Amino acid sequence: MIIGLSHYLAVAAILFTIGVFGIFVNRKNVIVILMCIELILLAVNINFVSFSTHMTDAVGSNPMAGQVFALFILTVAAAEAAVGLAILVVYFRNRGNINVENIDLMKG
Amino acid sequence: MLTVISFYLLAFISIASAFMVVASKNPVHSVMYLILTFFSAAGLFILMGAEFLALLIIMVYVGAVAVLFLFVVMMLDVDFVELKQGFLSYLPVGVLVAVILLLEMLMVGAAYFAGETKTVVVRDAGISNLEAFGQVLYTDYAGVFEAAGFVLLVAMIGAIVLTLRKRDGVRKQIPFEQISRTKETGLKVVDIEPGVGIE
Repeated sequence: MIIGLSHYLAVAAILFTIGVFGIFVNRKNVIVILMCIELILLAVNINFVSFSTHMTDAVGSNPMAGQVFALFILTVAAAEAAVGLAILVVYFRNRGNINVENIDLMKG
Repeated sequence: MLTVISFYLLAFISIASAFMVVASKNPVHSVMYLILTFFSAAGLFILMGAEFLALLIIMVYVGAVAVLFLFVVMMLDVDFVELKQGFLSYLPVGVLVAVILLLEMLMVGAAYFAGETKTVVVRDAGISNLEAFGQVLYTDYAGVFEAAGFVLLVAMIGAIVLTLRKRDGVRKQIPFEQISRTKETGLKVVDIEPGVGIE
């Protein structure tokens, strides 16, 4: 039995689904929602890397492009976590809780 | 054979711990399971032959992001039991959306890979993953690489600006004022009457 591309894609699909599921279920806890976003980005990264390592060298294409893009996703994920948690800290200072249902106070 | 066993082990651990991130009651446990998820995903990356990204994931996620999460979870004094309420009421819609999403993705995948098995492309043995990475990262993608660095800079400045605050009643050192103090500005001569004292 050989582990092929579809095996990795299935793992990524399940991880992505768990991330979306977590966002729907944990409607009150922002920290878990941020962690679920990290899970989704990890699933996307697995997709990129698995396609990158399983593609054959065609003319005019570089298989490393997928891994380079995964690196950039990693960058954006780190930046997003930092800014998101900073917003969370400021929100907690102002309100004293992190309840998502109160964030729509301005009805924007 | 070893590859198959390690793949299923790592895939099972990553999926199970990802589920525990969502399901666990305590956010500290969630962060721990998140670390485990990223760790086993890094193992999957190594199985695929992307060693550099695997180590990068361990460094960035386990070393920085997860610790940041842990720091915030422990710093904020939140009643997490209250936050967990409503979990069951959102469960049906969450399960529905998740099942539909997974079915759609699996159908697309099944249609694409029907009857087709692909194996891992063995790379040229003379060049390591890191070397191949570096060859394109600083040439073809140099501009994007700079942009990524800029994104990180903006995120750093943004996080600092957001969380910085001036509080009243906190005694801070202001080095410039302390150093530039002279006898005239820092010293006051008071003539005290006997039996009165300083105000």
